[in-house]
Amino acid sequence: MSTDLGMPRTLTGISAVPSLGEGEALTKKDFTSDQEVRWCPGCGDYAVLAAVQGFLPDLGLRRENIVFVSGIGCSSRFPYYLDTYGMHSIHGRAPSIATGLAASRPDLSVWVVTGDGDALSIGGNHLIHALRRNVNITILLFNNEIYGLTKGQYSPTSEVGKITKSSPMGSVDQPFNPISLALGAEATFVARTMDSDRKHLTQVLRQAAEHRGASIVEIYQNCPIFNDGAFEAIKDRTQQQARLIHLVDGEPVQMGVDGERQTLVRRADGGLEFVPEEAATTETTVGHDAGAEDPSVAFALSRLTTPDKGQVPMGVFRSVERPTYDDLVRAQLEAAATTAGGPAGPAELQQLLAGNDTWTVQAARS
Amino acid sequence: MTEKSIEQIDRVVIRFAGDSGDGMQLTGDRFTSETAALGNDLSTLPNFPAEIRAPQGTLPGVSSFQLHFADHDVLTPGDAPDVLVAMNPAALKANLRDLPRGATVIVNTDEFTKRNLAKVGYDSSPLEDGTLESWHVHAVPLTSITVEALADFEGLSRKDKERAKNMFALGLLSWMYHRPTTGTEAFLATKFGSKPEVLAANLAALKAGLHYGETTEDFAVSYEIAPAVMPAGTYRNITGNTALAYGLVAAAQRAGLPLVLGSYPITPASDILHTLSGLKRHGVTTLQAEDEIAGIGMALGASFGGALGVTTTSGPGVALKSETIGLAVSLELPLVIVDVQRGGPSTGLPTKTEQADLLQAMFGRNGESPVPIVAAQSPADCFAAAIDAVRIATTYRTPVFLLSDGYLANGSEPWAIPDVADLPDLTVQFATRPNGVDAKGREVFQPYARDEDTLARPWAVPGTPGLEHRVGGIEKANITGHISYDPDNHDHMTRLRASKVAGVEVPDLEVDDPSGDADVLVLGWGSTYGPIAAATRSARNAGVRVARAHLRHLNPFPANTGEVLRRYQRVLVPEMNLGQLSLLLRAAYLVDVRPITQVRGLPFTTVELADAITAAAKEVSS
Repeated sequence: MSTDLGMPRTLTGISAVPSLGEGEALTKKDFTSDQEVRWCPGCGDYAVLAAVQGFLPDLGLRRENIVFVSGIGCSSRFPYYLDTYGMHSIHGRAPSIATGLAASRPDLSVWVVTGDGDALSIGGNHLIHALRRNVNITILLFNNEIYGLTKGQYSPTSEVGKITKSSPMGSVDQPFNPISLALGAEATFVARTMDSDRKHLTQVLRQAAEHRGASIVEIYQNCPIFNDGAFEAIKDRTQQQARLIHLVDGEPVQMGVDGERQTLVRRADGGLEFVPEEAATTETTVGHDAGAEDPSVAFALSRLTTPDKGQVPMGVFRSVERPTYDDLVRAQLEAAATTAGGPAGPAELQQLLAGNDTWTVQAARS
Repeated sequence: MTEKSIEQIDRVVIRFAGDSGDGMQLTGDRFTSETAALGNDLSTLPNFPAEIRAPQGTLPGVSSFQLHFADHDVLTPGDAPDVLVAMNPAALKANLRDLPRGATVIVNTDEFTKRNLAKVGYDSSPLEDGTLESWHVHAVPLTSITVEALADFEGLSRKDKERAKNMFALGLLSWMYHRPTTGTEAFLATKFGSKPEVLAANLAALKAGLHYGETTEDFAVSYEIAPAVMPAGTYRNITGNTALAYGLVAAAQRAGLPLVLGSYPITPASDILHTLSGLKRHGVTTLQAEDEIAGIGMALGASFGGALGVTTTSGPGVALKSETIGLAVSLELPLVIVDVQRGGPSTGLPTKTEQADLLQAMFGRNGESPVPIVAAQSPADCFAAAIDAVRIATTYRTPVFLLSDGYLANGSEPWAIPDVADLPDLTVQFATRPNGVDAKGREVFQPYARDEDTLARPWAVPGTPGLEHRVGGIEKANITGHISYDPDNHDHMTRLRASKVAGVEVPDLEVDDPSGDADVLVLGWGSTYGPIAAATRSARNAGVRVARAHLRHLNPFPANTGEVLRRYQRVLVPEMNLGQLSLLLRAAYLVDVRPITQVRGLPFTTVELADAITAAAKEVSS
């Protein structure tokens, strides 16, 4: 048996969160806590922190209505450095904690900060379920393709053959593609960006925050101690242009430097391939449509990522509207109260306790 | 029609037994409601297999429901049935060993076919080979009489008609014990409202059962049991899981907090999730999580946001939740963890009762991780126990274990419905303003500054301006809550958390000792309350002087516990485990308490405990 849950209200991710009053404004400093930041020198996390601290004031929200929840790992120290409400929880469980918080507090902007080990190894189950439920939270997945806090073991995004402390002969684990995983888990907003590209990072974060539902942003982040240079191929300005595929909604999917640009086309067998720009026709060219209901093209785009980073799509893969879990949960509470003639108070509680089958014992006559 | 005699009796124990698909739980439930409506005191014990439908007619598929009712107060579901209703050979074989010689057996002879007898290893029919000669047997072709009674229902298949045989049995028993059937008629009308023919057939089967008792020579006597003398009040019958769910809802309302349950289905706790998911109008949010860990994570997230976070589970689920319970200890946020215990280890006996999670609740986490523990003692008492667990969680900002078990969860008893206005006021004060000053003299919020009396820290919920703060599982500096690896601070914080839990206010242990000079004390906790009380009553009736006390709080223990233990020459501690409370008592008070243990998946019988008490009293006096 199933029932229609009703149409969702069209809201943004933050539209139920109280905003600052007229003339009020916050600055990066307001979001900077008094705690000394303790990441290794050169860690990519610094750049992401600075970007988030710099970008949060733009949302115009009241600071007390923002909550960052993290798990365990280097990136999960993030909440300590932000002067908002925050919880540094336990390994892999942040999405479940954030789900409970978001379901009971529509007035909060809830963020999850996690890493490749936290989100994809120990917390893989919670991640996929938060995504499929479409809880109104924003998940920042810092992917450095290594375990940093435990000092350098391979992670679920490390490439096959990776030599680490725990894989002296090379890792035999097939890595996850986090974008493919998120799309397979029915995620409604999926994006990828990079720690060193402040402008792109900020732009993606804004879209993620404004999306109502679960947003996941994979952030390539360099670990200078245990996996330095993992993303060098796409950070180097000379090589970057040839390797990055910038996904722009409504535009053809292209890569390569000027003069050698290639366009993504659909082959006769349905597969996707890059061909020289001039060889692409209007019929075969794949135009990027992040809002497409069917996630299969977004999935195909996610598969363009090569392990050696020779080819990496960046940007928003998917952004679609779907009723959020927390909205539906609250709507059922409201509906239950409405159909019963209002929320239950003490009188209704008394009725509940009595049930339908009571008997009365009179006081014994003395 | 011959005139039939009516006997007055003071108590009876009836067990309905049949195949899992025979509707024995429903039959038992209905008979219980009829009995409750007559004003008898009662106690019930459902007993069913973990398999939803084990192969039909086999021993593993037997499901039973035992009901003890009387004209006086009833403390247990009864050691042994006086009457067994056996719907098939498997039900007879599985239950016969519990039946004292001379007891009554009503068997459904239609099911005693060669094939069914072979399924359970009977070479010949026990109805014919003398197996049952020590019992008073009523051989009734229940199935065929039911089908015959429903001959006019042309729209129903034979199978549908056979299905109504449990109503025939209920009708027959209702005649035997003068139970009113109007409640059952109303119940059936609701259940089968959309299927008028099925409703009519069930009602006809029920009537046929009543008439069968009235007219058949085989049933010469019927019985009356006068209402019990109970304290004045309005009563209902209630199971432990329902009472527990209602207790949580009532406590949340008295605390002024929304209730948020994060839970993953598990036997025997799932009915709490089911009940609460139907109470949305009462502001109850239920989140069915992807696993046990997420269930408690959701509850803890909700608590951080200012709700009453609750998670419900059984022992295997607690094992998975341990790390998050440790986090809640560190965060010092209110959280209620309900453990409806079942047989263990591992999957153990999912549908059978046990009390073997006490040490898991007490110690099952890494590090020094103290958690208060509250235990319910009877099905109806689950209501009050839940309220007390919420009181401790919100007052002391701590996770709290609420222990129930399979016996309490599914068992039922009459409950004097409390007046909501008389329930304790659990109003919670959230932090609203800064509570300290920093080195530069600025007003700041100190998340780990504590209340002097309770040692509780402030509960500052997101959305409160000026109180932005971070909490986490890493050790925190006292008062400021900042990350701290300082050795002295960790030592201090560990002791603070321990002191806070040790200082939870719990009432003194009350001792029941009518003679005032007993040498033997029986001390129990949780669902052994009924069997212990019944056993001490029985021993006292036999002239044994024995005192009795029961622990509601297992952590911390009541302040007078040590003094009470030392007052007696011999302390007996019955538990459905291998001596877990005994271990704690010995460690805490250096008193050589004597465990009485069994883990058969069933409550203690009155007789076994009474014998142990009598033996101990003899030993002490000689």
